[in-house]
This record gives sequence, structure tokens and C-alpha cells, in this order.
Amino acid sequence: MTRGAAGADLLTAPNGSGLAAPLARRRPAFRRRVVRAAAPYALLTPAAVVITGVLAYPLYKLVRLSFQKYGLFELVRHKGEDIRFANYTHILHDSLFWHVVARTVLFAAVNVGLTIVLGTLIALLLERLGRTMRVLLTTGLVCVWAIPVVVSVAVFQWMVDFQFGVVNWLLTQLHIVDYQHHNWFTNPWQGFAVITALIVWGAIPFVAITIYAGLAQLPRELVEAAEVDGANAWRVFWNITLPVLKPIFVILISLSIIWDFQVFIQVWLMLGTTPSEDYYLMSVYSFVESFKISEYGLGSAIAVVMVLIMLSVTFVYVRQMVRIGEAD
Amino acid sequence: MSSTTQLAPGVAINLPKRRRSRRHLAHRAALNATAAVVLVVMLFPVYWMVSTAFKPGKDILTLTPTWLPSAPTLANFTDAINRPFFWSDVKNSLIIVSTVVAMSLVLAFLAALALAKFRFYGRSAFIVMIIGVQMVPLNALIIPLYILLSGAHQVDKLSGVIITYLTFVLPFAVWTLRGFVLGVPKELEEAAMVDGCTRFGAFLRILVPLVAPGLVATSIFAFIQAWNEYLIAYVMLNSPEKQTLTVWLASFTTVRGTEWGPLMAGATLTALPVVVFFLFVQRRVAFGLTAGAVRG
Repeated sequence: MTRGAAGADLLTAPNGSGLAAPLARRRPAFRRRVVRAAAPYALLTPAAVVITGVLAYPLYKLVRLSFQKYGLFELVRHKGEDIRFANYTHILHDSLFWHVVARTVLFAAVNVGLTIVLGTLIALLLERLGRTMRVLLTTGLVCVWAIPVVVSVAVFQWMVDFQFGVVNWLLTQLHIVDYQHHNWFTNPWQGFAVITALIVWGAIPFVAITIYAGLAQLPRELVEAAEVDGANAWRVFWNITLPVLKPIFVILISLSIIWDFQVFIQVWLMLGTTPSEDYYLMSVYSFVESFKISEYGLGSAIAVVMVLIMLSVTFVYVRQMVRIGEAD
Repeated sequence: MSSTTQLAPGVAINLPKRRRSRRHLAHRAALNATAAVVLVVMLFPVYWMVSTAFKPGKDILTLTPTWLPSAPTLANFTDAINRPFFWSDVKNSLIIVSTVVAMSLVLAFLAALALAKFRFYGRSAFIVMIIGVQMVPLNALIIPLYILLSGAHQVDKLSGVIITYLTFVLPFAVWTLRGFVLGVPKELEEAAMVDGCTRFGAFLRILVPLVAPGLVATSIFAFIQAWNEYLIAYVMLNSPEKQTLTVWLASFTTVRGTEWGPLMAGATLTALPVVVFFLFVQRRVAFGLTAGAVRG
């Protein structure tokens, strides 16, 4: 990359701006201009068509469904029955729904917080390490990053197995608590603790490596100047690192909110595809209403509310990304 | 070990640093120890999976865990791959993944070119769409996707799954490739055109080779996403011989009294290709995602 850029400078320096531009512009231009104007649209159309087909239309359909009664009968007929806001009034008067919303918000907040804090700490650690240790740790993080969710659920299930689980053994050995034959999933708080561990463990690598990449772009002189002026590590982090890396943090926090707010597989598989109501998060609730009870309209309404909450929280992220996209 | 690399350039230059070396070394040691602890905690589940996969049954079902298999065995692996539908599900996964990668790469590269090389009316709108759709949770779209596909008689067919996988692979691929295309200085292409290349010639000879690593990285990332996907395959594919490897693996765990050995062997097999590929590309992808973020 750098070598290419250097080459480009050499090549353009003698004749690039001076000669080439006028020569190219002088050619009879109408046809070329039409082609040039049409080119981006031609390039974009295939992707745009697919994205509209598989994303935009289903999204529209989701909103439509949320205003319809859509059960098995309607599924066979391929046509829902309009019932206006009935699905929404139903869930808004459903006390379980409000419990689920509160639980989802709390769950997402804890997961996002832990992921970002631990990820940042590991990134700062990476920056201070020697080369060998840094490569080792990065490689380890990448290994964890790559593990498919389905696989990690299986591994965590095995680790907290009530009879032969290594976690129960360790806690008992360390005399923290006596967890011989302890089932982690009878108490939802403990069950969610396991799920949180699983999610945070899986999400840390991406956050840590991304922040570390950002730290590498931090102007060294700034940090050194602050250190000369007597700022301690905390002050440096708070007054220099954080403001400079703010865009990266905005992106990471928003992405984490998006991912942790819609957690589904981890809960679903961890509880053997039959989670009790104590374990419902919004996506689980929506899925159960749709695919277990066949109330697709109701499930869609829950999903729409979930999307709306997420959109309102991550609005900043979209603005940031759009600004990056337009700046280039 | 890390201090030697610092000493390497010239001992004389580093002499002043030696003064504070004791404190420096203690600091280094503390950092390395912390890193070692982090590494152990992070890698423990992976180690435990692989270790269990190679253990004979008596090492697995024991109240005091054995850290390494007493007599390493491949029995769990043979058990796992001889379970019903393993090979057909591997085949399905490969068909789905390769089709998704090929389609998304071609479509995304064209779109990325448009976004990176042209200014045109509607560009911002498209960018908003690309970013916006990545925020829509797949878990919410599963309902309308299922209903649309069942209307089109695409449920329980690989083609239906392939189409839906493009929902999450394509926007990401467009966004990442856009970053790679931008990374190629446009002066290079202009120089080639000055030297007599046509625009298309410059594209083929300059841009494509330089973006090639990005294409590889993006396709591997698409591979990983499609390979790891569970929910869509689980909902859309009902017959066991038509499912994917992740669904096959998950169906293992629902049975009461799980057989941990074969399960961990299956898990290792499922994770292996992804981990290998990921180690190749992670740097590029991590940087690609936030490229330019600090400037913005």
C-alpha cells in the first residue's frame, strides 16, 4: 500500500496534473459524458435490487404484518387480515411484554458496558506490550473472535454442566461456593450471567482489536507532551485518547447495542430451544409468538417495537457512518 | 524477550535507558503477567473444547477434571462424523456458502466501485441504505422472510437460504470493499491512462490487482458469516438432510443427557475452517471497518 502510494507520486509528479487532464477533456465529449453519468447507476443497480428485494421489502412486510392478524390459516392462504393497531394494543397491555422490554434493556446495557470496558482495557494493554506478547494475545483474541456462536454455546454449556462442568468444580475447589451438582439455569439471574459471560467473551476480541487499531493512529507527540506536563495515565486516557478515538467508540458502542439488543441464539440454544418466560428477551418473545404459537402478526409487532427502540438509541451511529461515507 | 528487541538497534544508544531498567523491567513483567492471565481466560473455552474432543469417555465424565486427555483418541471425531446427516449437511453448508460468497462479491464490488469512484445523485441515499439495513436485526426480519419464502415455495430449499443470506453479507461486503477501493490512490489509474491505457484497461491492470487482497479478505469474511449463520437455516430448512452444519451441531445439544465428547468433536470440526480463515484476514477486516473513522 505505501509502496503503491509512493509510486503514484513519482508517476504523477512530472506529467499528471499538467498534461493529462486537458488532453482527456478535449475529446468530443457528449457520449462519454452520458456514459460517465450512467456508469455509477449501472454498477449499483444489481446490489440495490438485491438489497431492496431481500431487505427493504421484507422490512416493509414486517411493518404490514404487525398490523395484521396472521396465523396458520392466513399463512396457508398467503393473505393476512387487517386489524389495524390490535396487535400493538395487545402487547402494550401485556405485562409480560413490559417485563421482557425491561429485561432486554438491562441485559443489553450490562453486556454493552462490560464489552466496551473490558475491550478498552485489553486494547490499552495490547498497546503497552512487547512485540512477542502482543502477537500472542492478538492471535488468541482472533481465535476467539472466529468461533461460531453455535459452537461457543455448546462449549459454555459443557463448562457449566451441572454434574461434570469445569466451572462448578473450579468454584468449589476455590471454596468460593459449594457448586457440586449446581444447575446454573434454575435461577434466571445466574442463567443470564452465563449468557452474558458467553456474549462478552465472544465480543471482546472485535472491540479490543478495533480500539487497538485506533490507538495506533493516536498522535504520539500529543501523549508525550501531556506526560511531560505531568499528566498521569488516567488523565492521558480521559483527555487525549478518549476524545481522539471518540468516533471509533461511537461506532463500537452502537454496533454493540445493535448486537446485544437482539440477542437470540445464545438464549435459545443455551436453554435447549425451550426457554421459560423468565428467559424471554424481545427477540425470543417475538420468535416464540411467531414460530411456536403461529401468531406472526403479534410477533412482528414485538419485532417492530424492538427495531424502533434500537433505532432511537443508535441514531448517532448512523449519522457518524454516513458522514464517513460522504467525506471520502 | 521484548526488551531485547528494543536493545537490538544499538547498545550504546540504549545505555541511558538502562538506568531505570529495574523499574522498567518490573513494569514489563507486570504487563506480561496481566496479558498472560487475559490470554488464559480468553482461550480457556477453546482449549477445553479441543481437549475434551480428544478425551476418552472416562476422562470426560469425571468429577475432577483432567486437563489433558490421558490417552488421546479420535473416537469422538469418528463418532461425530458418522452421525446421520453430517456429510450431507457439510455439503449443504459448502454449496450455500460458496454461492453466497460468489454472488455477494460480484455485486458488492460493482457497487463499491460506484460509491468510491463516482459522485452522483443518490449516492448519499444509497450509503444511508447500506448502513441502515445493517442495523435492522435479522431476528426481526426472520418473520417476513419466512412468510415471503413460504409464499414463493422456497422454504426447505437451499436457494431460499442463499437469497436470505445476502441480506447480511451484501451490505457489509459493499461497505468493506468501498474502503479497499478508496485505498488505491487514483493517481495510479490516471498515470496508466496517461501512458495509453483505456479506462477499462487501467481498471483491469491497476485497480483489480491492487484491490485483490481486499476481495480475498471480503470473500473470506462473507464465507465466515455465512458458515456461522444458524437462525435462518434453522427456520427455513426443516428436513435434516437439507440443513447446514451449524443446525446439525445445535441439534446435538437439545437431546437430554448430551454426549459431550462427540459434541465437542463436532464443535471443533465446525469451528476449524472459520478459525483458519479468520487468522488470515482479521487485520484487514478490522482496519477496513473503521478506516477513516478517526478523520471523520
